[in-house]
Amino acid sequence: MNMLAWLYAPWPWYVSGPLIGLMVPLMLWIGNRSFGISNNLRHMCAMTQPKSVGVDFFHYNWREHNWSLVFALGAVLGGFLAGIVFANPNPVALSVEALTMFSYWNVPIGEGFLPPVLFDLTLMSVTVMFAGGVMVGFGTRYAGGCTSGHAITGLSTLQSQSVLAVMGIFAGGLLSAHFITPHLFSLFW
Amino acid sequence: MRFLPYLLAGLAFGFVMIKSEAASWYRIMEMFYFQSFHMFGIMASAIATGLTGVLLLKRYGHLSTLDGEAIVIPQKAPGRYNYIFGGLIFGLGWGIIGLCPGPIFSLVGMGSIGALAALAGALHGTWLYGLVKNRLPH
Repeated sequence: MNMLAWLYAPWPWYVSGPLIGLMVPLMLWIGNRSFGISNNLRHMCAMTQPKSVGVDFFHYNWREHNWSLVFALGAVLGGFLAGIVFANPNPVALSVEALTMFSYWNVPIGEGFLPPVLFDLTLMSVTVMFAGGVMVGFGTRYAGGCTSGHAITGLSTLQSQSVLAVMGIFAGGLLSAHFITPHLFSLFW
Repeated sequence: MRFLPYLLAGLAFGFVMIKSEAASWYRIMEMFYFQSFHMFGIMASAIATGLTGVLLLKRYGHLSTLDGEAIVIPQKAPGRYNYIFGGLIFGLGWGIIGLCPGPIFSLVGMGSIGALAALAGALHGTWLYGLVKNRLPH
């Protein structure tokens, strides 16, 4: 496959996984930084907190974390490049089991990267995505990291706290994916 | 210029989030139902690569950062309940919206309405945590 075709095609796990893992030594080498992205949610709150509001958690010099905000900006640009400029023209190559499940859930498949029923502009989709986002924001700050900071960086550097976090994350995901998500579709759509 | 390496690293990360399909809701559901090896392969090979990279950095102790500082691996704060309960709450959200924070940022770059709504929610969730932090077990 030529270079250009590689840019448009989705990458197999054995290409993308190691590239993600390389972020850990790369960020250490750039400037002793712990690879992770969800801290930016805190910095974005700190940036916009009015002076009159006194929430201690957001009273710190967020400008010291400019490097992290720049990293997040890079991730946004990377998403634009990979998802718009070099967009994969084909739908996600899911397993037969997953395709069967999604049709059973009444989620339209074969339309691309994301299910329109959750990602297009409707009152219901925005409500669900916002509510789930609240849990993601609350949980990642409570745990002090997300998939990148705990599952990748924390486990790569053998930190026991991250083992606890990853167990919590996976348990929570199993619970909602099995007992909440399928019912959302039958309830609302 | 000082921030250029971070911009490029972030760009690479955001690009891989999309190309790996880790940012696809479909892939995350497929993972939580154990219907494909794809996401597990990504996680396992990422951790193996990170582990190897960190071991090499440690082994060649004379290596320094771009600024010439000695490499020190940042440690997570002590705690127990915050990691378990925080992880659990994050996971509950992840199993519904199929996005963790990395993909949220990269999908915002794709102009996804759902990801923008998730980002707005995540900022509110972060704010909420800041408000009640001192009343939670850590």
